[in-house]
Amino acid sequence: MIEAKNIDFYYGNFQALKNISMKIEPKTVTAFIGPSGCGKSTFLRIFNRMNDLIKDTQMEGECLINGQNIYDKSINIDNLRKDVGMVFQKPNPFPKSIFENVAYGLRVNNMGDKSFIGQRVEESLKDAALWDEVKDKLNKSAYELSGGQQQRLCIARALAVKPSIILMDEPASALDPISTSKIEELIHNLKNQYTIVIVTHNMQQAARVSDNTGFFMLGELIEYSNTKKMFLNPEKETTQNYITGRFG
Amino acid sequence: MHKQKIHRRILDKITEKLLTLSGALTSIIIVFISVFLFTEGIGLFNTPDIEEGYALYVNSENRIDNLSPEETKQIFDAEVTSWKAFGGEDVAINVFRLDAIFNFYSENELGENYELLPEKLGEVISREKGIIAFLPNEYAPQGLQVRKLETATVTLEDYFLGTDWIPTATPAPLFGVLPLVLGTLLVSFGAMIIALPLGLGVAIYLSELAGNRERKLMKPLVELLAGIPSVVYGFFGLVIVAPLVQKAFNLPVGETALTGSIILAIMALPTIISVAEDAMRNTPLGMREASLALGATKWQTIYKVVIPYAKSGISAAIVLGIGRAIGETMAVLMVTGNAAVMPTSFFESVRTIPATIAAELGEAPAGGAHYQALFLLGAILFVFTLIISVSAELISKKRHS
Ligand SMILES: Nc1ncnc2c1ncn2[C@@H]1O[C@H](COP(=O)(O)OP(=O)(O)OP(=O)(O)O)[C@@H](O)[C@H]1O
Ligand SMILES: [Mg+2]
Repeated sequence: MIEAKNIDFYYGNFQALKNISMKIEPKTVTAFIGPSGCGKSTFLRIFNRMNDLIKDTQMEGECLINGQNIYDKSINIDNLRKDVGMVFQKPNPFPKSIFENVAYGLRVNNMGDKSFIGQRVEESLKDAALWDEVKDKLNKSAYELSGGQQQRLCIARALAVKPSIILMDEPASALDPISTSKIEELIHNLKNQYTIVIVTHNMQQAARVSDNTGFFMLGELIEYSNTKKMFLNPEKETTQNYITGRFG
Repeated sequence: MHKQKIHRRILDKITEKLLTLSGALTSIIIVFISVFLFTEGIGLFNTPDIEEGYALYVNSENRIDNLSPEETKQIFDAEVTSWKAFGGEDVAINVFRLDAIFNFYSENELGENYELLPEKLGEVISREKGIIAFLPNEYAPQGLQVRKLETATVTLEDYFLGTDWIPTATPAPLFGVLPLVLGTLLVSFGAMIIALPLGLGVAIYLSELAGNRERKLMKPLVELLAGIPSVVYGFFGLVIVAPLVQKAFNLPVGETALTGSIILAIMALPTIISVAEDAMRNTPLGMREASLALGATKWQTIYKVVIPYAKSGISAAIVLGIGRAIGETMAVLMVTGNAAVMPTSFFESVRTIPATIAAELGEAPAGGAHYQALFLLGAILFVFTLIISVSAELISKKRHS
C-alpha cells in the first residue's frame, strides 16, 4: 500500500509537483499518463527516493509505504530501494555477465549463499520471461543481448531481490512492438505478486495493462481513477481531450 | 548557389585528403623512428669489442687466443693477475700500454718519427712471457714472438645480460644494459606503487564524492601539476625529497631509486587523475541509478559499477602513467644518483635508461660503439612502452567481452 499525501516537489525554484495525493493498492498495476514534462517521472521517483540523488531539490508532504513514512529520518534508504524496485526507460544493464546482472542486487544486499543466488537468478529470469533465451549464455556479457532482451534482463534484475513494489518509467518506449508486447504480458503476470506503477506515453498500453490510471498535467494530478472508467468515461474535460489525442 | 556547392565539395575533399595524409604521416613517422633506432643501434653487434683502431697483443707462447670484454676489463683493472684464471699458464699478467715503452727505450732509440716503434714493441712483447699489450694499429708491433689476439664483436649476451655499464672503459668498454634496464623498471615500478592508489583515489574522490566547489578548485590544481617542467620537479626532488628520504631511512645519500619513484609518482599523478576521472564521470547516470535503485550503497556502486564501467579508461590512465614514468628523463637524472650498478633495493642509487641516454649521448662519438649502444637503449625503451600499451589493449579487450 502506497500513500502519497500532499506532495510538493521543487527543482530549484521550479515546482514540478503540486500538492499530489494518491493511494495505490497492493498487487495492482497503476499507470501514470500525461504530456511530456508534467511530472510523471518525478512523482514515480518519490517512491524510492531516487530524487534524493538530484542536487538542489526540495520535497514537502508525506509518502507512506505500508504505513511508514519513507522520508522519515529513521528510514534506511538502501533497504527502501531494495523493497521498491525500479525499471528505467532505457535498458541499463551493468557491464557484467547476464548472470551477474541479475545477481547484483542479491550480492550488494548480502542475500544468500552461492546456491541460493543461482536459484534466485534462474527464478527471476524465468519470471521475466527471459530464461529460455539466455540459459545457455549466462556468462556472456549483458551487452550481447538485444534491446528488448536487455530490458527484460533489467526487470529480472529488479525482481531478484523480491521487492514488493516495482516502478517502471516508460519501460517499453525504446523497444519494438514485439518486445513491447512481451513486456506487457510480463507486467500482467507479475501483478499477482507485485505492486506495479508504470509511466507510459502509450494510451493503449495504459488501458491494456493497468487497473488504475493517474492523469498528470503541469505538475498536478488531474484525475485518478479506475482505468476502464478513465478511458470510457473520464470526469474531466482535459482528461477526455488528452486521451482522445486532442493535445499533448 | 550551384557554384558554392562545388566549392564546398572541393573544400570537403581537400580536408578529407589532408586528414588522411596527416594520419599516414604520423604512422610513417612512428615507423621511421622505430626503424631508425634499431638500424642505428644494431651495428653494435658488428663492432669489435675493444676500442676502435686498437688491438691487443700477447707473447706467442701464451695459450690464450681471445678474451671477452669482461675478461679484458678484469686484466686491465688488475683484478686478475695470472693467466691461469683464463686457462693459460701460471704466469703473472703484465699489462702494457703504449707509453710504457719509455721504461724500456729512450726517445732516441725509437727513431725521429717513432719509425722504430713497432720493432721495439715487438722486442718487448717477445721478451715478456706474461705480457698483454694494448696498442694502436698504426704501431702494430713486429716480431716473431708476437701474436695479435683475435678481436671478437660485442655479443648479444654481453649487451643484454652484461651487468656492467662502463662505456668509456679502455681497452674494452662494457655495454651491459642489465643495470639500466632493472634501474628503469625498479624506479617506474616504485612510482606506480605510489601513484596508482593515490591517483585512482583522487580520481574517485573528484568524480564521485567532491562537490562542485571542491572539483572546481582541485581540477585546475591537478592540471597545473601537469604543466610544471620536469627540471623543476628535479630541483624539488633534489632539495626536498632526497634529504627527506636520506633522513627518514638513515641512508648515506638521499639520491636513491625511492627518491626517483616519489618524484615520478608526483609527475604521473595528473595524467592518472584526469584520465581516470574522465572515464569514471563518463559512466552513464542510468548505470549508477540502476545500482542505487537495487539497494546498493554509494560505495558498492562505485566499485561494482562505476569502476568496472570505466576500466578501459582507467587502464589507459595506468598505461599513460607508466609511460610517463618509464620515459621520464630529466627529473630522474637529477634525483636517482645515477649509479649504473645492479639495483638491489630502493635505497640505493640507480640509473635509468632515459637518464643514461640523455647524459651520455652528447659525449659519444657518432657511429661509435657507445653511440650505437645508446641507440639500442632507446630501442629497448621503445619496446617497453610498446609492450605496455599492447598488453593494456589486450586486457581491456578481454575484460570487455
Ligand atoms: N533534474 C532536473 N532538474 C531540473 N528540472 C527538472 C529535472 N528533471 C525534471 N525537471 C523538470 O521537472 C518537470 C517534470 O519532469 P519529469 O521528468 O517528471 O516529467 P515527465 O512527466 O516524466 O516527462 P516525460 O514524459 O518527458 O518523461 C519538467 O518540467 C522538467 O523540465
Ligand atoms: Mg519521464
